[in-house]
Amino acid sequence: MTETNISTKGSDWGYAPAPESADHFKLKEKYGLFIGGKFVPAGSGKQFATTNPANEKTLAQIADAGEKDVDKAVKAARTAYEKVWRKMSGRERGKYLYRIARIIQERARELAVVESMDGGKPIRESRDVDIPLAAAHFFYHAGWADKLAYAFPGKSAGPIGVAGQIIPWNFPLLMVAWKVAPALACGNTVVLKPAETTPLTALLFAEICQEAGLPDGVFNCITGAGSTGAALVKHPGLDKVAFTGSTEVGKAIQKSLAGRSTKLTLELGGKAANIIFEDAAIDQAVEGIINGIFFNQGHVCCAGSRLLVQESVEQEVVEKLKARMEHLIVGDPLDKNTDIGAINSKAQYERIRDYLKVGQDEGAELFQTKCPVPEKGYWVRPSFFTKVAQSHRIVQEEIFGPVLAIQSFRTLDEALEKANNTPYGLSGGVWTDKGAKIFKVTRGIKAGVIWANTFNKFDPSSPFGGYKESGYGREGGRHGLRPYVELS
Amino acid sequence: MSSSLVVSTKLDLQAHPVDEVGIRERVARLATRSIKKASKVEGLKLALSMVDLTTLEGADTPGKVRQLCTKAIHLHSGRKDLPMVAAVCVYPTMVRIAREALQGTPIQVAAVATAFPSGMNPLAVKLEDTRYAVAEGAHEIDMVISRGDFLRGDYGRVANEIEQVKEACGKAHLKVILETGELGTLDRVRLASDIAMQSGADFIKTSTGKIQPAATPEVVLVMLQAISDFYRKTGKRIGMKPAGGIANAKAALNVLIMVREVLGPAWLTPSLFRIGASKLPNDMLMQLEKERTGVYQGLDYFSND
Repeated sequence: MTETNISTKGSDWGYAPAPESADHFKLKEKYGLFIGGKFVPAGSGKQFATTNPANEKTLAQIADAGEKDVDKAVKAARTAYEKVWRKMSGRERGKYLYRIARIIQERARELAVVESMDGGKPIRESRDVDIPLAAAHFFYHAGWADKLAYAFPGKSAGPIGVAGQIIPWNFPLLMVAWKVAPALACGNTVVLKPAETTPLTALLFAEICQEAGLPDGVFNCITGAGSTGAALVKHPGLDKVAFTGSTEVGKAIQKSLAGRSTKLTLELGGKAANIIFEDAAIDQAVEGIINGIFFNQGHVCCAGSRLLVQESVEQEVVEKLKARMEHLIVGDPLDKNTDIGAINSKAQYERIRDYLKVGQDEGAELFQTKCPVPEKGYWVRPSFFTKVAQSHRIVQEEIFGPVLAIQSFRTLDEALEKANNTPYGLSGGVWTDKGAKIFKVTRGIKAGVIWANTFNKFDPSSPFGGYKESGYGREGGRHGLRPYVELS
Repeated sequence: MSSSLVVSTKLDLQAHPVDEVGIRERVARLATRSIKKASKVEGLKLALSMVDLTTLEGADTPGKVRQLCTKAIHLHSGRKDLPMVAAVCVYPTMVRIAREALQGTPIQVAAVATAFPSGMNPLAVKLEDTRYAVAEGAHEIDMVISRGDFLRGDYGRVANEIEQVKEACGKAHLKVILETGELGTLDRVRLASDIAMQSGADFIKTSTGKIQPAATPEVVLVMLQAISDFYRKTGKRIGMKPAGGIANAKAALNVLIMVREVLGPAWLTPSLFRIGASKLPNDMLMQLEKERTGVYQGLDYFSND
């Protein structure tokens, strides 16, 4: 100041911890399998522990389902299908779905906290994204239950039968909703296998089904690892299999179902290109990069894991991205200020660490933020690689972590070529102020979902799914009903 | 540029597109930061030290200005742990009175000038207005841009006016009010910010407080990003002053969060960040008293000035 002395020193003012409390509910010590409307122990009596990846503490013991349990569950689903669910009118089915949706909303706080404890995702996301979207999927499909005739004009839409559904650990309850809501709305019954690292909200969902009075056996939940999933897929009593997870397992399921009439939809991995043109709103594009790759620790199949930035703004974008990333808070998933939670499991943590090493060995330059991380638990600081080439593994393979690969391009054609030069085709993003360019790019990229000037936006009415090795079939919207109906 | 005036700065009018949807989302995400306990107390004290305590009424009297100055020094009776506000902001004719009342304190006296709030006067009058306020003892001048010229696309004239007012300011610091409520789009808010900074503004300021909407979080975010870009290009730190529309303590803390995350801690100082307000401090004081005593006190326990 000119005349008097006003403080010119900046302040180190920051945020105090703001943890969401976990004392408004109580988890059980152990959870059984949910078969025919009841919780039952596994036939073998085996259990496994589900842990909190943020502190490595055990949260509960979970029943480990074997082949016999799978068989029981499929039979329960078959009985419910034949005796109750397929005969029920769409309007009546819709009532149950509405009820489930409302109970999810009522128990939203509990579900959000459990989701964050079991999976490691920040409460900000489970509270604002996962749980509300899960409820929205049930509301949306409840509406379709008695209107299927209008979804497929001129045809009559009937149910398929019993669906075996296997879901991943990145959006546990949301994936329950994506799978179960359309199946039930269309008159099918379900045997669901949640991921072994995140079974809790699926089991709470089973409680919700009880609370909603859903007829016994319409929804069954069997917990366990890969072998449980394999036993489910092999079961001859299934009319339909829906899988979300890795491309590797997807291919194995495809093989296992070869020669059978069982229908299949796959929602697999991705390696999306997020393309930023020089005429984009740069600050908002940087925020889009953040949402694209650091949402849910990067454990997102449609994550914008490859950044393609036009060379004239590359330096600006990278500088701004670094500055923005330094404000990302990594730590306690239950703290409301946490941006990036814990990596879901030890195995995934090691996988990401391997890729960080692979990238450097291949000659790429790694940037990681300086934020502190807790001692216990599995944490990866937000990271990106520059000086990467199309042939690098970190560009070709899905890392499924908070790791971004940055490449530059000069022309639109070059951007499209790079974007498409991948075995995956799940999602993509384009950032430009020009409408015409948006259409050119979205037409030019082979991917199921392409976001323009935004990223990672989901809505029950919008179909989601991939091309190429990202799988086939769509979830959400009218398209998402198709895999669960028999048209005649 | 259609201006017949000579513009000494070479204006860089490169478009920096702003995406309104993206801005709204960023604002919403910043608003989810949770500020509690110690962090809340520290934040509120910091915010109080950044207030430009303002009275800009036709009915202002010397008595009212003196009363306001007393409040600027002693925010709340019985509390010695509170900072003084950064400045008192008045009309030019009240500058002398404020200066006397604030003698011996570090509190600055800011004067609105250049035919505030509309700016609808010839440049010569605006310059005279500025010189008068400075001669009366103002440390800081809050000027308004000519929104008519700006909206007409006569950016050269807008820039030239700011330059000349800056010259008339002499040693006084210049805050340039964009009156964002009259600009219509965030793209224009960004362009006006760029022009003001290039033309010599020490601070850019959202609003006069006489027009709604005023300092919306969206507008504040766009201006902070403009300041950040200007710093990246020139190495010069320009200050920011939202005024009008920061209605309560929570909104004030939200703005601090924005400053912290967009510009960094270096801007968390009254020399680079101000909040223009008249009633806001009482809500912050009420929150501080609540943190101290555990209970909310009635409005009657806080002085209206």
